Amino acid sequence: MRRHSAVILLAAGTLVLAAISLFVGVISLRPSEVFQDSKAFGLMLDSRLPRTLATVIAGAALAVCGMIMQMLVRNRFVEPITAGTGQGAALGILIVVLLFPGASILVKMSIATATALFSSIGFLLIVRRLPPAQPLLVPLVAMIYGGIIGAGVTFVAYQWDMLQYIDTWLNGDFSGVMRGRYELLWIAALMTALTYVIADQFAIAGLGREASINLGLNYDQVMILGLLAISVVAALTVITVGAIPFVGLIVPNIISRRFGDNLRATLPLTALCGASLVLVSDIIGRVIRAPYEIPVGTVLGVLGALVFLWLLYARPRNAG
Amino acid sequence: MRDKSVLICSLMLVVCCVLFMTLEARGNWDFVLWFRGCKLAALLLVGASVSTATLLFQTISRNHILTPSIMGFDALFALILTLAVFTIGAAGYNHLPPEVVFFVNLVLLVGAALLLFGTLLGQHRADLMRMVLTGIIFGVLFRSLTSFVVRMIDPSEFATIQVSSYARFNYIELNLLWLSAVLTTATLLLCWRMRRQLDVLGLGYEMATNLGEPVARRQKQALVLVAVLVAVSTALVGPVAFLGLLVVSIARLIAPNETHAMLIPLSALIAGIVLVGGQTILERVLGMSTPLAVVIDFVGGFVFLALLLRRGWT
Repeated sequence: MRRHSAVILLAAGTLVLAAISLFVGVISLRPSEVFQDSKAFGLMLDSRLPRTLATVIAGAALAVCGMIMQMLVRNRFVEPITAGTGQGAALGILIVVLLFPGASILVKMSIATATALFSSIGFLLIVRRLPPAQPLLVPLVAMIYGGIIGAGVTFVAYQWDMLQYIDTWLNGDFSGVMRGRYELLWIAALMTALTYVIADQFAIAGLGREASINLGLNYDQVMILGLLAISVVAALTVITVGAIPFVGLIVPNIISRRFGDNLRATLPLTALCGASLVLVSDIIGRVIRAPYEIPVGTVLGVLGALVFLWLLYARPRNAG
Repeated sequence: MRDKSVLICSLMLVVCCVLFMTLEARGNWDFVLWFRGCKLAALLLVGASVSTATLLFQTISRNHILTPSIMGFDALFALILTLAVFTIGAAGYNHLPPEVVFFVNLVLLVGAALLLFGTLLGQHRADLMRMVLTGIIFGVLFRSLTSFVVRMIDPSEFATIQVSSYARFNYIELNLLWLSAVLTTATLLLCWRMRRQLDVLGLGYEMATNLGEPVARRQKQALVLVAVLVAVSTALVGPVAFLGLLVVSIARLIAPNETHAMLIPLSALIAGIVLVGGQTILERVLGMSTPLAVVIDFVGGFVFLALLLRRGWT
């Protein structure tokens, strides 16, 4: 019962925030004008609506991916964007831009997904060799691993004077979102919806390899599917809006603290909560220094770090 | 054996320095020697500060994988600097003599470091991993806050702080060189005098207490020294994430024993070799194609993972 009311509450909150997001911006726009003034309608259709949709999709997809990654790695303190998947995607885009500058967006997307997948598999292989008794070692390794790939990206970019380019991929920012420039994110939305179909299998995989094989799960297949979903979402987010940290980390933690790990029941909550968090951060970033903007990644860096510290100290010891 | 590794490293460092000073030197020798000499001095100072700071921090946190910069020390320095520019404006900031700015920053950094990491270290037998993670998150928080404040600052004022957010070895703040040299030397001497107490501290909290060491006080002293060394190196060249880890790990690998009397000079020598040698190769052979800091971070990250996977977490 409590969960249903939470879903309704979060859905209503997301809708309100999305409505606010539609009417916050440099050009003041009142709800009454939208359907009378054709210019206002155009503005809504070209800029405000795409931006709001992109924010909602990115937030929901990243939060769900964070939840799945935490299940697959069996650790509560990791998220795809900082654990090498995001940096892997950036590396992939960089390679495409350098080697095949004329490649279509689909080629770009596939290569970025492939490199993201590679670096996630690499991370998983390293994590398997870590001692299971030290759950907090995993996020440390994740950050170092992400840092190495990030240094690789900077190295390549420096050789070809592309530092400014990669800056737009590594720092998430919704200000460039317009009609025609964000539609790829719908694939991420589709991917996120598909994970819901096999949510039960991810939840079982979260019990560990032996337990899930005993329960008749094709463990390796679920692993690959999960990593694929994470990589696609990470690659698409990095291509369209840039890396957004912390959503995939704190939202799943908050949700599973309150509602447990039954993914079929909690994934909608995770998605809604992620969408509202990114919406709030984006609105703060737009309002605080209007008419200029502070990128959503920076706002989330501050908000997310504070929430994470709280999670770290509020959680009883040894609960990983 | 003891003298051998130190001797070899000293010889290598001398060779690196000579090459750095003389390779492809054309034109007026007075200018070349002065210009490169200042750079060389700064590189050596930074090497010694970073390696010693890392060594001390690893001893007081009883762990061979942490470094002050992983724990967010240099990010804190950059944040203090940025907040200073934000509150008093670039004009007022540039008006102040750099020595005053540096000292104020230093005092603030030492205070903040004692407050944050002193309390973390003070929790005896506390969950070490949690402390590490807290430090890393502090680092993220400081960096995000810095970039947040940077966005609020005028672009023209931003130029004042830009230098502190990236490691740079090609342009070095020469006006701070003398001050840094004096400070670093004094701090290093203090560290050297503490070397035996540090050895005892490395045995573990219980053992050190049994042997009559005031553990908490010694940790705070070491933390102050670490903060000073980090401030000096960050002010001179900016943050270098993995340099300390890299050189201290190498020093531990080749050192015949694990005493601080051995490790402090050895890791400083290795840091000098890495910085001066690396900079020489980048400047003269590779034609400045890559920032040294990126290479160090890349290699250092690999060293970290390799150490972790081979030896495990102790």
